[in-house]
Amino acid sequence: MGTDRRNFLARAAAGAGALALSACKGPSETTWFPKLLDSAEVLTKKVQRLFAGPTTLAPEFTKADISSFFKANGTLNPGTTDYNAAVANNFQDWKISVGGLVEHPLKLSLAELRAMPSRTQITRHDCVEGWSCIGEWTGAPLKNVLARAVPRANARYVVFYCADPMSSDPTDPQYYYESLDLIEACHPQTILAYDMNGEALSVPHGAPVRLRCERQLGYKHAKYVQRLELVETFDHINGGNGGYWEDNGYTWWAGI
Amino acid sequence: MTSQDSAAGLKSSSVAGIEDKARGAWRGWQERRRTRLSNRQMFYRHTVSVRVLHWINAICLAIMFMSGLQIFNAHPALYWGRYSDFDHPALWLTSEQDAQGHLRGITQIGTTRFDTTGWLGASSADGQMTERGFPSWATLPGPQWLAMGRLWHFFFAWIFVINGLLFAVYAIWSRHFQRDLLPKISDLRHLGRDIVDHIRLRFPKGEAAKHYNVLQKIAYFSVVFILGPLIVLTGLTMSPTMDSVFPFLLWVFGGRQSARTIHFICAFSFLGFFIVHIVMVMLAGPWNEIRSMITGRYAIAPEEPPHGN
Repeated sequence: MGTDRRNFLARAAAGAGALALSACKGPSETTWFPKLLDSAEVLTKKVQRLFAGPTTLAPEFTKADISSFFKANGTLNPGTTDYNAAVANNFQDWKISVGGLVEHPLKLSLAELRAMPSRTQITRHDCVEGWSCIGEWTGAPLKNVLARAVPRANARYVVFYCADPMSSDPTDPQYYYESLDLIEACHPQTILAYDMNGEALSVPHGAPVRLRCERQLGYKHAKYVQRLELVETFDHINGGNGGYWEDNGYTWWAGI
Repeated sequence: MTSQDSAAGLKSSSVAGIEDKARGAWRGWQERRRTRLSNRQMFYRHTVSVRVLHWINAICLAIMFMSGLQIFNAHPALYWGRYSDFDHPALWLTSEQDAQGHLRGITQIGTTRFDTTGWLGASSADGQMTERGFPSWATLPGPQWLAMGRLWHFFFAWIFVINGLLFAVYAIWSRHFQRDLLPKISDLRHLGRDIVDHIRLRFPKGEAAKHYNVLQKIAYFSVVFILGPLIVLTGLTMSPTMDSVFPFLLWVFGGRQSARTIHFICAFSFLGFFIVHIVMVMLAGPWNEIRSMITGRYAIAPEEPPHGN
């Protein structure tokens, strides 16, 4: 993970270098200093986990608290040929596959996902930018989906692969992805959500299925989820930091 | 030298007289200085713990304030309540094009709008007017870079909290808190006189200079023991993980967006304290004040003798 993290920092530094006001190189543009700053992420994660056990629940609200306007952020429409076709046939053929370090790889249709036990929760969505919206979500608890697939003993993370390309370059689409460890993945409020405010999830909010992991910031809540992979480490996946935004300098632990 | 002086038409005897006079004046000045120095009392004002904790805290506050502005710039608006009512921000730093097509910075407080071009909403970066909450000279890092601002903020947040806890434990254990910082009922009795003295910029001399006056006590006490905890707790209230552990924080502060707004108000209260603090240091004798926070030694001017005339 060390070298990958260095790679990302180098890339982040290169990106910032282009933005930097002048040629002067501040500590943010070095490779070692952001790495030092990021050491606090591990401390924050450990201390927050010390307080927040596997089942402490994010606050839930009443219908009266639901935001009249829920801001959609990030990708508003994946717009790929495949996705447009899926929208056109109402996601009838949409499958969510679960693979990787599992005993029983499986593929779930939306109908199968909806047939599983569901959970409905009115929760607050906190964007890393600072704003919050409250909405009602219905979906299948992820732990039930994982239980069906039976993770192997060495599985530590669930990686969520999404249908939305983050780059406009078709040769390097950089599909959105995210990851949770098994503690957060098996949290009672972590669901694969298909309904929002009592209606089928809309395209800007991640139709047909998005992740809700209510103790984490918004960028963890992957939209347009297609595939789940259980892994021991995410070093080998894309930038090696466990998510699209993580590969772009954001912390993997998004609890604050 | 003498020949030139003579050329200027001065008699060497009169020059010697002036030089004597100058020497005498210098000796007198030295004497007075020596008396002043021997009369003044060097007082060991700040223990080494207080000094180290003070400077670590100063660095943390500067970095956290500027990286906090960087984070704020990612969504330069504040709200009251549980969620963001985007149509009714309490504060919004935004921008708009004027009739000439120039970018204007707008600060909206409640429903009142101010043109703050160049400062808030839109400011110059690299010679180019850009849409930006706070200007790049005030943020850390300078360019818009939320991920890096968060790294700075949360790293120094840990140092700030640990440093603050160490100070609180030390201050109570050493009785610095009870003795020097906690305003007492008896202090409050001469609150009025202290305010008048402050306004007239009359700084305490002699024995009185060894203690904080009531205004200083109120300022230091409320910044360290009220503002500090408040900014940490409102920061934690913004954490979705900590909200699952301490949901009562949301109730205390009236929701996550209110907590964010209070966090912002606390940050600017710290800035306000900093400005007053620096002004007072400058007025009270910057060298003496800064030395006392570096070496611990603070010179106290003798009490003025009773006026004979």
